[in-house]
Amino acid sequence: MTALLKILRAGPGLTLQDRGRSGYLDVGLSRGGAVDRLALDEGAALLGQSPDCAVIEMAGMGGDFEASADMRIALTGAPMRATRDGTKLAWHASHLLQAGERLSIGPVQAGCYGYLHVGGGIDAPVCLGARAAHLSAGIGAALSAGDVLAIGKDKGSETGLLLEPDNRFDGGVVRVVASFQTHLFAQAERDRFQSAPMRRDARANRMGVGLDPEGGGFHVEGGRNVVSEIIVPGDIQITGDGTPFVLMADCQTTGGYPRIATVLPCDLPKVAQAPVGAALRFQFVDLEKAVALERADAQRRAVLSRSRRPLIRDPHRMTDLLSYQLISGVVAGDEDDP
Amino acid sequence: MTDPQPPLSRRAPEVRTIGIAGMLVSFGDRLSEPANRAALAFRAAVEAEGWDGVEETSSSLVSAFVRFDPLHLSHAHLRQQLEALLRRQDWYAADLPTGRRFWRIPTVFGTDLAPQLGQAAQAAGLSEAEAITSLTQARVRVQTIGFAAGQPYLGELPKAWDIPRQTTLTKRIPVGALAVAIRQLVLFSVATPTGWQHVGQTAIRLFQPEVPDPFLLRPGDEVQFVSTDAEALATMRNDPHGGAKCEAIT
Repeated sequence: MTALLKILRAGPGLTLQDRGRSGYLDVGLSRGGAVDRLALDEGAALLGQSPDCAVIEMAGMGGDFEASADMRIALTGAPMRATRDGTKLAWHASHLLQAGERLSIGPVQAGCYGYLHVGGGIDAPVCLGARAAHLSAGIGAALSAGDVLAIGKDKGSETGLLLEPDNRFDGGVVRVVASFQTHLFAQAERDRFQSAPMRRDARANRMGVGLDPEGGGFHVEGGRNVVSEIIVPGDIQITGDGTPFVLMADCQTTGGYPRIATVLPCDLPKVAQAPVGAALRFQFVDLEKAVALERADAQRRAVLSRSRRPLIRDPHRMTDLLSYQLISGVVAGDEDDP
Repeated sequence: MTDPQPPLSRRAPEVRTIGIAGMLVSFGDRLSEPANRAALAFRAAVEAEGWDGVEETSSSLVSAFVRFDPLHLSHAHLRQQLEALLRRQDWYAADLPTGRRFWRIPTVFGTDLAPQLGQAAQAAGLSEAEAITSLTQARVRVQTIGFAAGQPYLGELPKAWDIPRQTTLTKRIPVGALAVAIRQLVLFSVATPTGWQHVGQTAIRLFQPEVPDPFLLRPGDEVQFVSTDAEALATMRNDPHGGAKCEAIT
């Protein structure tokens, strides 16, 4: 029988996501998918499964969930307060959710997007090659209370593993490459783009993230008349009033606002996860360096599962507690931490 | 005064990067018929080459776009391949893609369904009746699909329609709206804010994720907007094609 995950309560920004659908740019459909791609890899590493599995993306607020059968879960991305039948659960970790247990996930404690993964992935209908909701294109819908999600067959069994997350939840330096419209901006504006600290403003969603640069917006000479051109996620477009917007997973496929630079894919999760008010600073790197950085990032993601380590077991969950010899191996307390 | 720019057919196309995983081959810096044909034909040629490391291609109004994996195909190598392909023929003189179709799409012009016909006609120096005649006689081509899923940019309209976008955005233009600016029409696949002027309303659904062939129009298709009334349009809303008829262009 298919295991089910029932949604008892849902925050407003809960959607099914995966790596999105590619191959539809020529018909105006952007790739979409999880805004924090690294979180997909982290969840896959924790559960020992493919990063193609569909997950629940939670924008800011979580929800309550109940399992119809025992299932493995992993929690990644922006840390949120999570409990299982009232007992606190570690974030960036995998756990067993038993039949009938209530998983309760609160608002984010840092960052913006948290992810709930299940062993076997969420088995929703595939539309154009992916399960990801793409709300601006009219594909799928936000998840809501009462929804029941089928879970795919889980081939793994391990739980209780922890992953040290790549810290990307409080802004910082974001590497960018020059794009084909960068030259439309005067050198002084490009310099200021690198030197000016910017704060993530409140205008942000899966399509784009607005920034508030110190010293005001950026000016472009004649940039209002450029022909509409291809957009890629990570492009930083400068809108009519000079505000930079970093375009994200569900962005439009073409646009007329000039773009000053493009964020490297490996640094895009940092933009996605920067909370309102967090400081971001942009740094141009050349193409060669950018490719090297992407290569290093791909290699790091490929071996994420090697850095898993066991969670300290919670004595409350140890039903076989009495069989343990609890006071042997007493130590002096000044030994090296292993 | 002579035009300082050489004719497009003699200007070298530009190959530029977009992000770290994209290459853009541009055939002009403003929309023209030869540049659009070149972009469509060159994109089809890249697609046919099937180069290793190329993941996806598309075309915009004046450019072909190639998305690739820079960890497996270097920028230098892809650039070389693109430049060699550019030299193969005069892309500005290329034929339009094959498999194109001609669509007739019923449209209500003006009325409260398309409230900006009057102001758009005035901007074009036409009466409303002349504007409708001009817009229904034009046989326009899908120059690109972009911005939103299935949404076409259509052109090119007669010179009179070289009218600017509005300076203040319309807050919400409905699905199926036909809007005009800069000698082009956009037929909206989603409800969205826009600076384009709403002159017609259709019942067409350009993107239906739930059906086997979800995208109605393709770049290169030709379209004529046929005048209808509000009552007829209301019944066409039950038809996913919104009463549109299509035939193959041979």
